[in-house]
Amino acid sequence: MSEIQIADVAMRFRTRRGEVRALERISLTVPDGQFACIVGPSGCGKSTLLMIAAGLVTPTEGEVLLNGKVTLEPGADRGMVFQSYSLFPWLSVRRNIEFGPEIKKAPPPDRRKTSSELIRLMRLDGFADAYPSALSGGMKQRAAIARALANDPEVLLMDEPFGALDAQTRQIMQELLTDIWQRYRKTVLFVTHDIEEAIFLGDVIYVMTSRPGRIRTTLKVDIPRPRTFDTLTGPRFTELRNQVVGIIHEESLKAVESELVRA
Amino acid sequence: MPSAARPRRRRGFTRTYLTPKQAIPRRARVILAVGSFVFVVGVWTLLAALVQNPLSALFVPSPYQVVLTWWDMMVNLAFYNDVGWSTFRILAGFLLAAVVAVPLGLLMGSFEAVRSFFNPPINAIRYMPASAFIPLLILLQGLGEDEKITIIWIGVFFQLVLMVMDIAHRVPDEMLNVAYTLGASRWTVFYKVFLPATFPEVVDALRITMGWAWTYLIVAELVAAEHGIGSFILIAERYLRADRIIAAIITIGILGLITDTLFAVIHRLAFPYVQKVRA
Repeated sequence: MSEIQIADVAMRFRTRRGEVRALERISLTVPDGQFACIVGPSGCGKSTLLMIAAGLVTPTEGEVLLNGKVTLEPGADRGMVFQSYSLFPWLSVRRNIEFGPEIKKAPPPDRRKTSSELIRLMRLDGFADAYPSALSGGMKQRAAIARALANDPEVLLMDEPFGALDAQTRQIMQELLTDIWQRYRKTVLFVTHDIEEAIFLGDVIYVMTSRPGRIRTTLKVDIPRPRTFDTLTGPRFTELRNQVVGIIHEESLKAVESELVRA
Repeated sequence: MPSAARPRRRRGFTRTYLTPKQAIPRRARVILAVGSFVFVVGVWTLLAALVQNPLSALFVPSPYQVVLTWWDMMVNLAFYNDVGWSTFRILAGFLLAAVVAVPLGLLMGSFEAVRSFFNPPINAIRYMPASAFIPLLILLQGLGEDEKITIIWIGVFFQLVLMVMDIAHRVPDEMLNVAYTLGASRWTVFYKVFLPATFPEVVDALRITMGWAWTYLIVAELVAAEHGIGSFILIAERYLRADRIIAAIITIGILGLITDTLFAVIHRLAFPYVQKVRA
């Protein structure tokens, strides 16, 4: 069982112009094997929330619990995939993927077995010994996901992992990720600003408000799995999308207005 | 259809050579590179030939004369000895500076406490020209090797430490964070991620500061030294031997080119993953 719980988390920054409230009392629970997505307008603090979940940022209030236990430091139990700069450029794809197992001092034959399997699964065959600089953007992110999975984390945290990819590549990556998720059934917390991506991937979508970030709506995505390319054109998909678009639009407008008031 | 309307791709001179940032044909690149060398030597030869006044001609030797002089310096004046002395001083001063500057710069770039402590004095001293310390160092250390080495040390250290600090500071947070979420401890992140992330640029910084080291050395040797290329130049001036001065200066240039190439080779062998734009 791998459940991550964010309990009453609040985040405030002190700046020269006074205190900025980035996140306000956020609580959510991702139960074992659920794929949860967080969407929100830019600057709503969704990435900060994920950093807090990973233990990389200490919240002003509240705590993060993994299987009921409070976590204070980052660790291998919560693997993270970032949008960029994530691969180590001096290591080959294989050594990148084996980074976690190597730290854990897993025996080399085991490491090799894990990395070989993930290389095949992530369709990186033939690139095991290539350096990241030789890979395309999509391949880099596939390698980064493989590296996170190689560690067999309890929870996978993903911060806009496909945000820097072009639309076609992104679609392929989303399909690949659902396949992988069906196979491993990891607990996933996925942050994105792409509404369609959230609906396509998620079991649950948390829609956040503009600053200070709060969870405004929770939506269950009742589209059956396995989801494929055809899911995108189904009536339920369109319905859900329109609903989320409406909410986000409202929040984005609020954000712009509050900026105008401040200015 | 009438054939006249078909547009043709233009390959004019302007399009090929005067489009900003446009690559030019390889052959043209080689011709231009060789041409620049020929041009410099040509202008120099012409100037030497044009000077009629015999006294002035003494100060404007032709390239050919300089080559002959260089050979003469090597065979009859043991110029290689001076080259050896200068190289030794450079290496000693540079290595001593690098051995302290690189670790300190890395620490300053990664720990704000270390940075806050060392940054103000180092930043201030950086603006004091190394050559201005020469008279003081002569008073303190005399005219021996330690004085020369100290000047190179001062000239290299304060620049290098800040360059390395900047390199360390630019290591992306994501790279370190990803390592933490893969289960790495602080120490593991430091030596398995942070350090390797800085290495290629540190070697670049060493290459650049090595070039500056030559300047400080020659200044130090010009002021006062028994051996070395700088002192050779000073003696040549006393004897009005412009040809020897020019030959010595060119020697420094060639030595610089050799060290630069060495660093480039090290870089290519040690960091095969760095994709470099052709210089």
